[in-house]
Amino acid sequence: MSELTKLTIGEARDGMAKGAFTAVELTQAHLTAMEKARALNAYITETPDLALSRAEASQVRIQSGKAGSMEGIPVGIKDLFCTEGVKTTAGSKILGDFVPPYESFVSRKLKDAGAVMLGKTNLDEFAMGSSNETSASGSCVSPWTRSGDDTKLVPGGSSGGSASAVAARIAMAATGTDTGGSIRQPAAFCGIVGLKPTYGRCSRWGIVAFASSLDQAGPMTRTVGDAAIMLRAMAGHDPMDSTSAPVEVPNFEAALTGDIRGLKIGLPKEYRPEGLDPEIAALWDRGAEMLRDAGAEVVEVSLPHTKYALATYYIIAPAEASSNLARYDGVRYGLRVDGNSLDDMYRKTRAAGFGEEVRRRILVGTYALSAGYYDAYYLKAQKVRALIAEDFKTAFKTVDAILTPTTPTAAFGLGEEVNDPVTMYLNDVFTVPTSLAGLPGLSVPVGLSSTGLPLGLQLVGRYFDEETVLNVGSVLEKAAGFSALPKGLEG
Amino acid sequence: MTYLIEGETGTWEVVIGLEVHCQVISQSKLFSGSSTTYGAEPNSQVSLVDAAMPGMLPVINGACVEQAVKTGLGLRAKINKHSVFARKNYFYADLPQGYQISQYEQPIVGEGKLVLDMPDGSSREVGIERLHLEQDAGKSMHDQHPSKSLIDLNRSGVALMEIVSKPDLREPEEAGAYLRKLRSILRYLGTCDGNMEEGSMRCDVNVSVRPLGNDELRTRCEVKNVNSVRFVMQAIEAEARRQVDVYENGGEIVQETRLFDPAKGETRSMRSKENAHDYRYFPDPDLLPLEFDDAFVEKIRDALPELPDDKKSRFIADFGLTPYDASVLVVDQANADYFEAVADGRDGKIAANWVINNLFGALGKAGKSVGESPVSAENLGKLLDLLKEDVISGRIAKDVFEIMWETGGDPEAIVEEKGLKQVTDTGAIEAAVDAVIAANPDKVADVKGGKEKLLGWFTGQVMKSTQGKANPGMVNEILKKKILG
Repeated sequence: MSELTKLTIGEARDGMAKGAFTAVELTQAHLTAMEKARALNAYITETPDLALSRAEASQVRIQSGKAGSMEGIPVGIKDLFCTEGVKTTAGSKILGDFVPPYESFVSRKLKDAGAVMLGKTNLDEFAMGSSNETSASGSCVSPWTRSGDDTKLVPGGSSGGSASAVAARIAMAATGTDTGGSIRQPAAFCGIVGLKPTYGRCSRWGIVAFASSLDQAGPMTRTVGDAAIMLRAMAGHDPMDSTSAPVEVPNFEAALTGDIRGLKIGLPKEYRPEGLDPEIAALWDRGAEMLRDAGAEVVEVSLPHTKYALATYYIIAPAEASSNLARYDGVRYGLRVDGNSLDDMYRKTRAAGFGEEVRRRILVGTYALSAGYYDAYYLKAQKVRALIAEDFKTAFKTVDAILTPTTPTAAFGLGEEVNDPVTMYLNDVFTVPTSLAGLPGLSVPVGLSSTGLPLGLQLVGRYFDEETVLNVGSVLEKAAGFSALPKGLEG
Repeated sequence: MTYLIEGETGTWEVVIGLEVHCQVISQSKLFSGSSTTYGAEPNSQVSLVDAAMPGMLPVINGACVEQAVKTGLGLRAKINKHSVFARKNYFYADLPQGYQISQYEQPIVGEGKLVLDMPDGSSREVGIERLHLEQDAGKSMHDQHPSKSLIDLNRSGVALMEIVSKPDLREPEEAGAYLRKLRSILRYLGTCDGNMEEGSMRCDVNVSVRPLGNDELRTRCEVKNVNSVRFVMQAIEAEARRQVDVYENGGEIVQETRLFDPAKGETRSMRSKENAHDYRYFPDPDLLPLEFDDAFVEKIRDALPELPDDKKSRFIADFGLTPYDASVLVVDQANADYFEAVADGRDGKIAANWVINNLFGALGKAGKSVGESPVSAENLGKLLDLLKEDVISGRIAKDVFEIMWETGGDPEAIVEEKGLKQVTDTGAIEAAVDAVIAANPDKVADVKGGKEKLLGWFTGQVMKSTQGKANPGMVNEILKKKILG
């Protein structure tokens, strides 16, 4: 492995500024690594030529003193972000060879900040999944394996390709999107940092929609500091997204003081159900201890409606998805399978174009919105959602951030859970409440399981208070000193 | 209540409610920046949002919101400062998103009212249930290709106001009056051009019937997309008659959507309730609730034009018009303005008579609008002045008007040029009278003998000999004096 691919964004930025290496060299090192790591199936589309030409342009800007905040940094873009002139599949057959004539707001911001796109990363189809196994481009694999066991493991999902790529050092950072845990769970599985910002922090314009009221783009990086740099480049008000918040984008990097003395950290008691994996419980306790040692006050809080969160999520997200995915009808773009009538064409196109999990969620969502069931399901779910948000609001009256496990288990093997949707959905049990409330959530790698797999803890903060979340996260990161590397990348 | 259906089992009353889709006059679409110009090259006014490309998001067009509020104020309706856009989900080839963004439980405008001006001069109030904003769909064309349907998305996303009446209408005639009045108000406001032929105003009619004296609301049928006022009235008659027949034959009406066939004068089933779409309405998560404050509403209210009802009251009060004449004059703003220009400083009733009977009559025959009238308001006013000042007689005035209609000329010049001035010179009239008396001694004797009715005949003869220019009043007076002494 080239030394260049090991760098953090901060280190690479400094290295290029000093002239230690060029943006082209940095990109080339990643392109070379990508070729060697194709077995991971982390990228659906690689864009080496585009990457090199952008790196060249970056180098010119660096030399002329016009470097942007992400200048020359090689990144993976989740294949849910529309990229102008580059095939965008959303991990689905139904988009066929769809090449958008436009660039998503977030990927455009990154590009404008100088980031170099290496390619489009793998994901669960339409971001629906927790293992990256529902992708029409095939499963992505984690670079991690259990100690003494070569079983292929899932990278988590839906942003599995991004997590795998960043962990495998074939992207310095990557974009993810998170609807119920799709950034945080794969980050935890792959031993990297993943931040789901406050809903409204990053524009959804140009991101293929899954569940509009939950979808949020965020950075996936190897350090908390990198997440801070990248978030700043991604965030900002966008008048083209009515749900994008007209708030200032702070300098997140500057918020990383490492000083959390006097801060109050809450541990929600409902996140310690009977049967919680003792290893996860122990990791959580250790994390709390680290924050206490750093001068924070750790207290128990209650989020009483937590137990309804998963059920609520699995009404709201599929309901919105059933409507959002109606546009894939074979009429204007993407796959079309001809039929003997319009309805027949719809049926054939959508049957051929959507995978099983997407079809399941469209059906669940359609049912939940149907006449006679709307009140019992969708409306009730919205009421519970409000109660869940209220729980957090109450908790944040007394604490500044909340610490929880990110996932209930470490990464599992390919094919182990894919046939059991409910077990699969349980992966998101700790991340979904935050999504429903629209709050920022950060997953930080904190330790290894007994089988040698990464485990993460989640920090949740107040609305638009990513600064505190990142600052506490950086303290946790430092205290945990997570330095393990996937097999083959050590040394 | 004049419209009733006499069935075999008794008398039936018709209950009618209208849902009118009105295309909002705006530069760009409801949720995108594409132009709304009618008649452009197919698919030339389609943005990424209108075509529902992946990841595209709607952004509300404030101008359309203003138009909806303006219309709500024109309908004297409750303006909801908080309203919610909802998705109405269904699949169709000309509906790119697979849903229409509409408003469902919380529309932008609530209850209001509309006053009908009936042909007999009476007025009647009809309740407005609501007005909501929604997107129009694209257009499917099934006749352009032997095996394919073509889609034009130019209309996709254009703003519509759906205006729903309460089931307050009882006659086809009232439904027609409702549509005409609504159109008049929308045109005054400049919020919809009301053009039913071009489809910028489309009407769905809800019809049910019930035995007279019964005030239950029975199952209704919805007759979709009726595209003229006349067809709306015909569709109601046909549908009401059908329902009466069903009931009287022991049947039941099932709730369904029907289509009106103007050629056959009947409605037929389009889809029954069982096959009805389940639209799965839910609040659109891509849009925040629509919110504005009182100041926004008041600013729009302050800029409202005088509306037909107020204008009508003013015409009655200021010009002494009959309610019927006033309502005819105010239907169209340009007509009303024309009338006001003619009536300014003159007798309003006479002005109204001339405008309604002579001008509108001529315009109607020629198929012209008042804006295209060859007779300007100024010239018509001058004509009335000539009449009032006895420069010409009423009969001559009609002739002058015809010349004005043909040439667009100034009435004073026409009267001068054609020598049409009324003869008020006593000597000249006396001479003409003397001539007629001298020529008809036997008739003079008859008058003297008591047949005073014959005086009219003498007047006619004198008018004839003076080519209508003699002042008829003076002729009468002189005749009486000369014959009866």
